[in-house]
Amino acid sequence: MRNIVRHRLFWPVVTLAALLALNVIVEHDFFAIRLQDGHLFGSVIDILRNGAPTLLVALGMTLVIATRGIDLSVGAIVAICGALACSMIAASPTPGSVGTVLIAVGAALVLAIVLGLWNGLLVSVLGIQPIIATLILMTAGRGLAMLITEGQIITVSSAPYKVIGGGYWLTMPASILIAGVMFALTALLTRKTALGILIESVGINPEASRLAGVRSRSILWTVYIFSAFCAGVAGLMISSNVTAADANNAGLWIELDAILAVVLGGTSLAGGRYSLIGTLIGAFVIQTLTTTVYTVGIAPEITLVFKALVVIAVCLLQSPAMQARVRNARRRRALQKQGTDAAGAPAVSPASLTNEGAAS
Amino acid sequence: MSEPAPVVQMRGISIAFPGVKALDGVDFRMFAGEVHSLMGENGAGKSTLIKALTGVYEVDTGSIVLDGRPLSVNGPAQAQEAGISTVYQEVNLLSNLTVAENILLGREPRKRGVIDWKAMRARASDLLSGLNLDIDPASLLGEHSLAVQQLVAIARAIDVQAKVLILDEPTSSLDADEVAELFRVIRGLKQRGVAILFVSHFLEQVYEISDRLTVLRNGRFVGEYLTDEILRIELVHKMIGKEVAVLEGLDHKTHASASASASAGDGDGESKPLIQAIGLGSRGSIAPFDLDVYEGEVVGLAGLLGSGRTELARLLSGVDHADSGELSIDGVAARLRTPRAALRKRITYSSENRRSEGIVEDLTVRDNIVLALQADRGWFRRIPKKRQDELAASYIQALNIRPPDPDALIRNLSGGNQQKVLLARWLAVAPRLLILDEPTRGIDVGAKAEIQKLVAELADNGMSVIFISAELEEVLRLSHRIAVMRDREKIADIANDDVSVGQVMTLIASGAEE
Amino acid sequence: MSSQAASPVSRADERFRALRRLIPGSRYVSVLVTLGLLIAMFIAGSARYRGFASGQVVLNLFVDNAFLIVLAVGTTFVIVTGGIDLSIGSVVALSTMIAASLLRAGWPPLVVIAIVLLAGSTLGLLVGLVIHYFDIQPFIATLAAMFFARGLCYVISLDAISISDPFFVAMAQTRIPVGGGMQITPSVIIAVLAVIVAFVVLHYTRMGRTVYAIGNGGQSAMLMGLPVTRTKILVYVISGFCAALGGVLFTFYTLSGYSLTAVGMELDAIAAVVIGGTILTGGSGYVLGSVLGVLVLGLIQTIISFEGTLSSWWTKIVIGALLLIFVVLQRLFIARRR
Repeated sequence: MRNIVRHRLFWPVVTLAALLALNVIVEHDFFAIRLQDGHLFGSVIDILRNGAPTLLVALGMTLVIATRGIDLSVGAIVAICGALACSMIAASPTPGSVGTVLIAVGAALVLAIVLGLWNGLLVSVLGIQPIIATLILMTAGRGLAMLITEGQIITVSSAPYKVIGGGYWLTMPASILIAGVMFALTALLTRKTALGILIESVGINPEASRLAGVRSRSILWTVYIFSAFCAGVAGLMISSNVTAADANNAGLWIELDAILAVVLGGTSLAGGRYSLIGTLIGAFVIQTLTTTVYTVGIAPEITLVFKALVVIAVCLLQSPAMQARVRNARRRRALQKQGTDAAGAPAVSPASLTNEGAAS
Repeated sequence: MSEPAPVVQMRGISIAFPGVKALDGVDFRMFAGEVHSLMGENGAGKSTLIKALTGVYEVDTGSIVLDGRPLSVNGPAQAQEAGISTVYQEVNLLSNLTVAENILLGREPRKRGVIDWKAMRARASDLLSGLNLDIDPASLLGEHSLAVQQLVAIARAIDVQAKVLILDEPTSSLDADEVAELFRVIRGLKQRGVAILFVSHFLEQVYEISDRLTVLRNGRFVGEYLTDEILRIELVHKMIGKEVAVLEGLDHKTHASASASASAGDGDGESKPLIQAIGLGSRGSIAPFDLDVYEGEVVGLAGLLGSGRTELARLLSGVDHADSGELSIDGVAARLRTPRAALRKRITYSSENRRSEGIVEDLTVRDNIVLALQADRGWFRRIPKKRQDELAASYIQALNIRPPDPDALIRNLSGGNQQKVLLARWLAVAPRLLILDEPTRGIDVGAKAEIQKLVAELADNGMSVIFISAELEEVLRLSHRIAVMRDREKIADIANDDVSVGQVMTLIASGAEE
Repeated sequence: MSSQAASPVSRADERFRALRRLIPGSRYVSVLVTLGLLIAMFIAGSARYRGFASGQVVLNLFVDNAFLIVLAVGTTFVIVTGGIDLSIGSVVALSTMIAASLLRAGWPPLVVIAIVLLAGSTLGLLVGLVIHYFDIQPFIATLAAMFFARGLCYVISLDAISISDPFFVAMAQTRIPVGGGMQITPSVIIAVLAVIVAFVVLHYTRMGRTVYAIGNGGQSAMLMGLPVTRTKILVYVISGFCAALGGVLFTFYTLSGYSLTAVGMELDAIAAVVIGGTILTGGSGYVLGSVLGVLVLGLIQTIISFEGTLSSWWTKIVIGALLLIFVVLQRLFIARRR
């Protein structure tokens, strides 16, 4: 029992289960899925569909965070890629042709990779702290997206493009399938190659990894490119769903949701072991939270307050400091006389140590 | 001469950490106006004793008396108030603030509630000139050399009217001139009646500055001596753990002839060294040295902690960069810019810092074993799971790794088993030169014997090994040839025909030919 | 002791100091670069646009960015300790909402302002406590605070609430002449006061020096016996207070409360602080530099509005480019220093 409680996915799963249970209590047919015109509908499908872009971005973010990094620029990349694809389609004489859409999608994804290369350059070659390096593109990126759309919201009417975010394949919403395939590919890529283990190794102990001959520079570069690519796909999905590119609002704050999904999923911001399944659960916790607010009938205005409280609660439950406190309290109760065991030793917070490391 | 009462009197100090008895009934005392050196190898308990005195650790048993009164402090701040000031090895000051702030922050002069910068700079200036240090108190600390920073730390320490000043490895990053300057300051403080606790791994410095020595070994008190009354060789023996009586039976060859009979590959032409360093060195780290290592040869590096043995190994394995000299492998000049480049040449370096530079603690035993091999293949060509399992299983069996579970997290293994996993990691890449830095430190006797046996077997099978250890017996038992290190210099290179521990110790202890 | 016995140490150091005298104030080099940039931009603007080179254009930078100056002040405290505060934009919005709704309910304006400032400080205190006692990274803790504050805005009202309180209106409309036909608003005076107080606290109190000491990283500050815990929490209180004060100034500027206002304003504040020469890893930075950073951002906007044909999104691109230049410069600067 204790092992289950200690498992790092315990609290995220409990949170998700509690939210789903709440939904079922309020709305008994919450899990009902119906087939209509060959398309699946239902609350759960909605959650999956709306959560797909966040999940995609969180996937890339997971790998970045595992290397002790962070990528703040994904929201901007979402906007840029959506803008490029939409403006190319809109400018084309044949917006409805599959060829046009493929070219636009391809161009947008290549651009995403270029942006990932840029982030990777700043982080791995110039050695700039990830949070600052990606802040640059986060700030400038929306400007670039506006440059592409020339400040307009570009609407496209292209049936093939609409499929990516709003269409159906094999009765399922295409966005769920795309996110699912990307998730499976990421899992395969990290498991079937040595990428996953080397990412963790670099994230856990960079110096030991260096001595073991790990090329951390190329590993870092890979994760930032991958993160940008995921954001690019999410950007296509979002713009396709609303059939428009909105440089200002597309993917706004998605980086924060993605980081939250990763943290809720039990991957530490300090890097190291990561869990893609955890990220999946984290992303759905966030999406379900939003849905729950609607079904339970809480005023939608409160969503954010609710979200903040859940985030703080889960982070506190997972925090090693909190767990140590609980353990200490228990132990102190057990041996009342020995209250000063570690009190004399100066507490070194992990944060201060990482700071020191980053500064040198 | 009747001795006055000591300033500090520590009696029967014991401190236990989970699984380790760091200090076991240690006695220690200091007199006013004396420099007292605390001696001992790694793990002897020096830093634990210092931390007990400065209130960082609480003692389990024993008493500490300062100036005739029992001392009870909780934390460095209280110790400082009681008159015990500490200057740590890595300068624990704030490089982003001014010199004056580093000396006085926490006791800064104020006027109408705000810091009086003028008074602060004036007072700092006074203190600095008291140390004959002519620097601008308004300059940033980080702009000064480490030596100056060290002196600023001392200025801070003595401003609190310290009765006891603890200098933990203050000279480890200073050059000769800077050390001389520091010693001048120490002598000045001595005259003022301050008791100074000096820790250094440079024997010459210990002999130059200190009046009295206390030797610790394995957490126990070995003895207290007047510096003038103990020979270097005796001191080294006390630190390393051989009694003088045992050594008296050993013959004393002069070391002058030793280096003449150096290389194992005397038969010129027939065998080239696998790796040859000529004048390889790095400023501030290790003086230029020559070294040949032949195939199937075990070269031992003997020397005290800080003698440059680790630095030498790091230059040979691409971990650190040489700024002078040349390195050739199989007679071909090679530049090893990274550990990865060394790995490609089949040179591996196993660090002495098992925790920070060895194990990847949150990964499994299997992942740790295959890490270097996998890194060499690149991330795309993953070693198949089956091959990983085979590798892990075979090394777990061959090296007797406990528990024999490839899926155990390496952080949960004992030190000896972690070390074996690291050995497995390096062996998995089939190295031609295996550099082992303190592979047997802090591990139990059984594991130690196993590792020694393994090294001998590997060399028999043609692998070259550079073996570094603080334990001379171990070095002598395993090595074909011994390079002796002292004060960041390679001072001798002797064939291990019939060398005794005593001879090597003589070399290590020998001063500047006095 | 005789000071004539120049030791090798002090002689070498003397040379170094002589060298340093040739580069005046290299400690302030990043601030001076920002100042130089500001002047260059102003000269370029004056050469290019008619009516640019006037005192009022300069003063308008302060008038239009008074709230941002206050936010940058708070952010400077947090960033110098090596932390970050993502919540300030939301706290600004929350402040405008609290102020507008309470005023609509008829509360006296000074009480309203006091409540707003208290609310911001309290939120900052909570964030600081969570960061310190539970070892939650500042990024995550302030992110949660950001959601929380924005959510509270929605709870208060989804619609914009306009303010008609005479005191607030007066604060918005009063123009204080400063001679030569130029004028400023009361907000500018408040912002300047905030900068002065912050400057004194950072440079003339132990708490301020501890802020820098914490930013140096490691255990040094604690080993030196400085009040680390208290200060670490206090910087978030200060940041929360500044965000609330910035919110009050923002309501003086807009005369309304709106939930969706000030989105992403924390990024402007962070960008201003970085452009002003503060290093994001902590330990180094000046509050006056941050003010210069805000003025640079304001001047970019002014130039773009003078240009007329240039689209507004260039602002973001130029800010991003400036960030890049400053971050790379800092990187090189730090690499050289260490």
